[in-house]
Amino acid sequence: MRNLIAFFVRHNFTFVFLLLQLLCFILMLRNRNYQGSHLLNSTNQVVAKVYETSSNTKIYFSLREENDRLAKENAILKNYLKSSYAAIPLIEYKKNDTFYKQQYTYLDAKVVNASVNRRSNYLTINAGSAQGLSRDMAVVHPEGIVGIIKDVSANYASVMSVLHKDVRVNCQLKKDGSYGPLIWDGKDYRYCLLTDIPTHARLKKGDTVITSELSGIFPEGIMVGTIDSYERRQNEQFYTVKVKLSVDLKKTNHVYIVKNKFKTERDSLEKKSQTQSDD
Amino acid sequence: MTTDLIKNIIRFIVLVLLQVVIVQNIHLGMYIILLPYTLFILMLPFETPRVLLLVVSFITGMVIDGFFDTQGLHTAACTLMGFSRYYLLRFISPRDGYEPGLAATVEDMGFTWFLSYAGTLILIHHFYFFFLEIFRFGEIFRTLLRILLSSIGTFTFVYLIQFLFYTKRRNR
Repeated sequence: MRNLIAFFVRHNFTFVFLLLQLLCFILMLRNRNYQGSHLLNSTNQVVAKVYETSSNTKIYFSLREENDRLAKENAILKNYLKSSYAAIPLIEYKKNDTFYKQQYTYLDAKVVNASVNRRSNYLTINAGSAQGLSRDMAVVHPEGIVGIIKDVSANYASVMSVLHKDVRVNCQLKKDGSYGPLIWDGKDYRYCLLTDIPTHARLKKGDTVITSELSGIFPEGIMVGTIDSYERRQNEQFYTVKVKLSVDLKKTNHVYIVKNKFKTERDSLEKKSQTQSDD
Repeated sequence: MTTDLIKNIIRFIVLVLLQVVIVQNIHLGMYIILLPYTLFILMLPFETPRVLLLVVSFITGMVIDGFFDTQGLHTAACTLMGFSRYYLLRFISPRDGYEPGLAATVEDMGFTWFLSYAGTLILIHHFYFFFLEIFRFGEIFRTLLRILLSSIGTFTFVYLIQFLFYTKRRNR
């Protein structure tokens, strides 16, 4: 016993090192699996404040672009105004109202921090659980998809960008609805790969790629990007499509968070049928 | 002693802010990621007790991880860096040890010494960091290229910082 203690004392440096490494690996694995239990992340008040101050300065440099974009979006939204529609006083149309139930609600937030050049990229936004955000909500930009919420604190949330090695978003071709997961290969922040597209699909450069209802997170039909090129690798039954993202993730200042009101219902249903089949 | 402590704390805050506020907005493409905050571990006094060195490296990594949302990643790399620093310093020490009052800078120790010291440690840090980040061997050549280019980038940056801020003594 005494020898053992002496051994530990003599090599205390190595043991402290190994212990700390072990701690790091535990942290890394926890980060993959759980949420909300971190010692420190970008939703922390101090960290988020630093980012917010820095982004407040940065945002002045892109005011013009941002203005143009908002004006464009305003024009589109004006098309949906009640005053842009002619009133058709028919009773049938009124009844139709009850057919629709709002499924998605949108909330806007400001990006206080974003990265594009790491293998797993994150954004921090200035809205959190106080604004009703929670894990796995979709984050979109008027021009395209941005990512999925990973962690929330009271007033901030950290978002896994689509440029993340673990993010897979189910997407489809607008033309014929062939779908597959969208992943990022880490090469260029402007391009993602759409995999598993069946070879009978007729692809063309410039075809639009949108989100699919299958993702369960993004509403169907949100713009993702356009086809840049595609290839069929040897011995594979599927195309791998290079998609040019429609949104410039380096320049996203404002984003929308999509709340899916039916998500809990859908999740619990899917879980239920899964456990039933497991029995 | 106390002034040393305060100096190190200020250096820590300045380097972390430099990393997260300024350097993070420099985009040099997918292959060059600058991590000049490692200069803090490089410039800790030679006399730092070795276990304290590990703990300080660990905390540095954790703060950076907090900013980058990468739990444990920078922490692991920094701890390894602190660990190797101890052995590297012993390996490349002058015959009669390090003179008290000298710091790990180009100014005090010369460029060749600094290149072998900082170069090795930055390479170790980046190697461990980029492999842990990807966590698989699938993109090995791309990862190796990232390690090499980023290490060169970080070293150049760190050298520039030292050149700008630690060359006062010559003028005296």
